[in-house]
Amino acid sequence: MSETNARIQSIVETHDVVLFMKGTPLFPQCGFSSRAVAILEHLGVDFQSVDVLQDMEIRSGIKSFSDWPTIPQLYVKGEFIGGSDIMTEMFEDGELEQLMAEKQVARAD
Amino acid sequence: MAMAAAEIEALIRAAFPDADVQIQDLAGDGDHYAARVTSAAFVGKSRVQQHKLVYEALGGKMGGVLHALQLTTSVPN
Repeated sequence: MSETNARIQSIVETHDVVLFMKGTPLFPQCGFSSRAVAILEHLGVDFQSVDVLQDMEIRSGIKSFSDWPTIPQLYVKGEFIGGSDIMTEMFEDGELEQLMAEKQVARAD
Repeated sequence: MAMAAAEIEALIRAAFPDADVQIQDLAGDGDHYAARVTSAAFVGKSRVQQHKLVYEALGGKMGGVLHALQLTTSVPN
C-alpha cells in the first residue's frame, strides 16, 4: 500500500499535469474520462495520462491517495484538483485555464 | 447494482437538512444520475471539499454501487 502511494507520489511529482483515467486519451473507456481528456486537449496543455484499468494497484490506491472515490482525477504540479465534474465547472468558468497559466504548466506541441 | 433517485436524495438530505437537492436520472436506467445540491454547509469550502462532503453523505456508495453521479454543488444566494 505505501509502495503504491510512493509510486503515485512519484508520478504526480514527475509530470506537471497528470490525469488518472480509465483507458487512454485516444480510447477512453468511460464518458467521464473522455470528458476530462477533451477539456485538457482543449486547453492545449501537455499532460501525462495513467490508465488505471492497466494497473489495479493504482486503480484502488489513487482513491485513498486523493481521498476521492471516483476516476478520472486531475493533478497539477502535485496538487489534486478534482474529478471530471469539478474540471468541467472550472473549465466553464475559465478557472482551469487560469490555474494552468498560474502554475506555468507546459503546453502541448 | 443501482440506486433509486429517492435513496440518493434521502442520504443527501439527511446530511444537509437545509439543502435544496435536485436529482435527475440522466439515462432513465436508474444508474446514471446528475445531482445538484445547494446548501449553506458549503460556504467557505473549496469545490473538492464540497464534493467530498456529499460523497461522505452517500456513505461510500460513490464509486461503488453508484457509478455515475454528475455532481454540482453550490451555496445559497
